[in-house]
Amino acid sequence: MTGADEPADFPTPPREFTDADGREIVVRRADDEDREALVELYLDFDPADRAQGIPPVAEDPIREWLDAILSAESFNVVAWHGERAVGHATLVPDEAGTYELAIFVLEDFQGARIGTQLVRSLLGWAQSAGVESVWLTVERWNDPAIRLYKKVGFEVSESESFELEMTIQL
Amino acid sequence: MHVLFALGPGESSLDAFETALDRAIEADDDLTVAVFGDAADRERLAGQAHDRLADTDLAADVRELESEPAPHLVELAEREGVDRIVLPGGERSPLGKIQLDSVTEFVLLNATMTVTLIR
Repeated sequence: MTGADEPADFPTPPREFTDADGREIVVRRADDEDREALVELYLDFDPADRAQGIPPVAEDPIREWLDAILSAESFNVVAWHGERAVGHATLVPDEAGTYELAIFVLEDFQGARIGTQLVRSLLGWAQSAGVESVWLTVERWNDPAIRLYKKVGFEVSESESFELEMTIQL
Repeated sequence: MHVLFALGPGESSLDAFETALDRAIEADDDLTVAVFGDAADRERLAGQAHDRLADTDLAADVRELESEPAPHLVELAEREGVDRIVLPGGERSPLGKIQLDSVTEFVLLNATMTVTLIR
């Protein structure tokens, strides 16, 4: 694979690694038993890290939202530090047959490459399942997130609106 | 108060219109409904707006914005001394993210009066 347009070779979950702060992290595919750990993750989530209205703040809306994104058609991976879910990445299908991506990492675990590992594992899983196109929106001022997405291979596909839209072909 | 409600083809528009209508009745506001979208959307939405308004005692009128709805909304609001522009508060992406359409963005950035988004 040498061409710039060749799809990147992403790993598939599960993945174990040591994060930039020396913590042992495991990224696994989410299943139904992970739901409560994800509720805990989102109850601990820093409101300042919310984007465009998600994740919700209160427990009931968090549960409703998780019901929607943990559906059978979606792809979900969770980053674990021991028994604790510290990060989550999700791909949810749209009506056009492409997928919308989002990642969430608890504040104390940000900046330690966990987000990058989550996204790469998620894209690897999706790629092996035949997903061809993934997009996301990100606030223009969110430089750390934009850098992460560019490093993984996303390109800006729409920059006319308040948020940037970025896309990757798998 | 004179309120201008922007009624476009978005999914949440009619729900937002109901909320705006309730509020206008409560506050005894003057209400202008500006309908936009393609010709079929405008006809449908104007019909629905007229039907709903007929059930009320509100001083209201319905206008159609044929092209470039965003600048025409702001211009209409300026010309008629509107105190507040009211819009639907955005659609949700598959993941649940709020997304503002280009009309809403333009109005937020260019209106000289208060803008309310209904959520």
